Amino acid sequence: MSDSVAVGATHAVPAHHEELGFWRTYVFSTDHKMIGRQFLFLGFFMLVLGGLMAMMIRWELAWPETAVPGLKWLPEPYAYDGIIPPQTYNMLFTIHATLMIFFVVMPIMVGCFGNFLIPLMIGARDMAFPTLNMLSFWVGLLAGLVMLAGFFVPGGHAAAGWTAYAPLSARAAYTGVYWGQNLWIISLLFLGVSSLMGSINYITTIVNMRATGMTYFRMPLIIWSLFITAILLLLALPVLTAALAMLLFDRALGTSFFLPEGGGQPLLWQHLFWFFGHPEVYVLVLPAMGATSDILSTFSRKPVFGYHAMAFSMIAIAFLSWIVWGHHMFVSGMNPYLGTAFMMSTMVIAIPSAIKTFNWLGTLWGGSIRFTSPMLFALGFVSNFLIGGLSGIFMASTPVDIFIHDTYYIVAHFHYVVAGIIFALFASVYYWFPKMFGRMMNEPLAKVHFALTYIFFNATFFPMHILGIGGHMRRIYNPTQYDFLHPLQPINVFITVSALLLGLSQITFVTNFIWSLFGGKKAERNPWKANTLEWVASSPPPHGNFDAIPVVYRGPYEYSSPEVEEDYLPQNRLLITRSSAPRTH
Amino acid sequence: MMSWLPENVSTFGGEIDSLFYLIYYITGAVFILVTVLMILFLVLYRHREGRRATYSHGNTALEITWTVIPAVILLVLSFMSVSSWGRIKAHAPPADFQVQVTAKQFNWEIVYPGPDGKFGTADDFQIDNDLHVPVNKVVHVHLKSKDVIHSFFLPNLRLKQDAVPGRDILVWFEVTKPGKYELPCAELCGFGHSGMRGWLYVDTPEEHEKWVKENWPQQ
Repeated sequence: MSDSVAVGATHAVPAHHEELGFWRTYVFSTDHKMIGRQFLFLGFFMLVLGGLMAMMIRWELAWPETAVPGLKWLPEPYAYDGIIPPQTYNMLFTIHATLMIFFVVMPIMVGCFGNFLIPLMIGARDMAFPTLNMLSFWVGLLAGLVMLAGFFVPGGHAAAGWTAYAPLSARAAYTGVYWGQNLWIISLLFLGVSSLMGSINYITTIVNMRATGMTYFRMPLIIWSLFITAILLLLALPVLTAALAMLLFDRALGTSFFLPEGGGQPLLWQHLFWFFGHPEVYVLVLPAMGATSDILSTFSRKPVFGYHAMAFSMIAIAFLSWIVWGHHMFVSGMNPYLGTAFMMSTMVIAIPSAIKTFNWLGTLWGGSIRFTSPMLFALGFVSNFLIGGLSGIFMASTPVDIFIHDTYYIVAHFHYVVAGIIFALFASVYYWFPKMFGRMMNEPLAKVHFALTYIFFNATFFPMHILGIGGHMRRIYNPTQYDFLHPLQPINVFITVSALLLGLSQITFVTNFIWSLFGGKKAERNPWKANTLEWVASSPPPHGNFDAIPVVYRGPYEYSSPEVEEDYLPQNRLLITRSSAPRTH
Repeated sequence: MMSWLPENVSTFGGEIDSLFYLIYYITGAVFILVTVLMILFLVLYRHREGRRATYSHGNTALEITWTVIPAVILLVLSFMSVSSWGRIKAHAPPADFQVQVTAKQFNWEIVYPGPDGKFGTADDFQIDNDLHVPVNKVVHVHLKSKDVIHSFFLPNLRLKQDAVPGRDILVWFEVTKPGKYELPCAELCGFGHSGMRGWLYVDTPEEHEKWVKENWPQQ
């Protein structure tokens, strides 16, 4: 028995607790489950905003300089009778990306599921630092409010791209944006603090508070992924924070870190930004991979294929993510020899990604597959990640990247990877909704949601590869200004129509979510017949989670085990027939 | 899908395109393989009453196989990319024709050295957005920026290079076919980024000489 596990067991607080009032229960809650739900709603709200911005961007690209329907109310200079000017267009794609990355995927995949699942799945009553946890949400919300405030200051919001390349971002004169860019920086500084508090909490909780018998290699892969994500965040965010502070100093205090006229280096920003930015991509995608592994196993009624390989490949991805940042900079003027080194490391990181994909296939092989809505979305994630992973090999090859860099090929690639996370996100919401809210979601409507989302997602993002091959630059306001892009314009129209339909399809989800919240069928403890510990608690679990802290006897994926008659064997079930003392290794 | 590639007219573009095609075929094959297997498994192993899933935690031999094969393919791709990259980026062949391109919000400022062949002298010829070069000659572009980062993009030449303020970056190319090719900026550079473009005119020797005579200051 390791010390850490013993400490976890003694952390168990008595199940009874005093009744908390409305404010302490729903608003300033220190309960990890409520904080998880708060992150979920924050993420959903931002997802709607970010999605609407995407629709405006797409409208502009398909029918440039025409009035966007329903935007007549937007005041000048944001729009002129509904027509978006270039400056607003630049703001839209800047804030679309910023919201989707920092205020949708991070709050939901890391903030919501990290908070909700970690204590439940390792058998703890709460996070190690509940108050810090609450603070993490409220600082995150503050960051969100500061970010949105950027739209209401003179000069408008940041318009230098989510990558905020200096010197464009470093001097107000270059974009005409003053406080908008400053607020963007300040918001991300706050968000960095929020994520740091969260990641310290996750790491401490996972290291110290696992239930008796829950060794590291009995943890579900989503917990592994969140653990690795938290470590990545802890190490990557300080670099972003430092870079953002330097950028703010350049803008407001007259320093010249990134301004050549004062002796600064524009490329320094790119190095610092991507040193954070590439691990950040894996911060976003690792929890999606973890959730997918768990859901594929549950609904194949079969153990995850190569559990250790899955855990180690995530560790390998995390480690390698620190030495690939230069692949964003092949044509930046960086030394070409350095480009070669970054190409090599980038090719290497494709290997653990390939292992994960093949092991997911291996998990399906020989299974007894149930096509539930979480399963369909998890399969959708695998299929999209496959495309996103393979398209990444093109830009890893330095000569090919010369051509496709900064084109729609890149836009297609990172939407398949990062926007593809939405499939794992929906899979997770459909899977854990019963535990989170105590009710089941409507299954037929969820399947309709999947079919529409899968079709229109691919119809939206796949043709972007073709635009990229045709040389279509990203971040341009009006493609019809270029002669060589004229033949591609029908594809832009097709993409926009698909994107609008993709957006409309989400009504099925919103309807299902809200309706199920109040009118869904009451969920039992373990509706999916799954093995992991969260299904031991009641749905939804009370403050303190478990009636008694479960003891763990085996790994999380003992589906269809010959030891029992049912096709699942929960981690905490004591089998009398065989030697079943809790083992540690 | 690859037929959407713009026509290539540079000496090194063919090399980039063949790598592009090679990766396209490899990734296309992997995509089809994985997708077919996935669909096959989903059909074969769908839930049926009375059949239990295979209880298996993995297969080490299989896992080693599908680790080693991608590793070998990626290694080969890396080495092929390294040699092309070296030919394109590491050493520029000696120049037949030189020009300075300075990017600024939102134009390409193009400076020709004039009859004396030197930049920074009185006979320099400067014009915005019109880059005239002779066909089948090695052209050196001294790429600079006056304000923010721009990107010098010639889709038909498979050429892209960021222009970074404070830096003088050497770009070279040799075009094999006379014509008029678009020169957009590929890096977000402000509200006028979209529409920032110039033209590359690739002229036959006679045409080029005529253009020089008509436009450059005479000695």
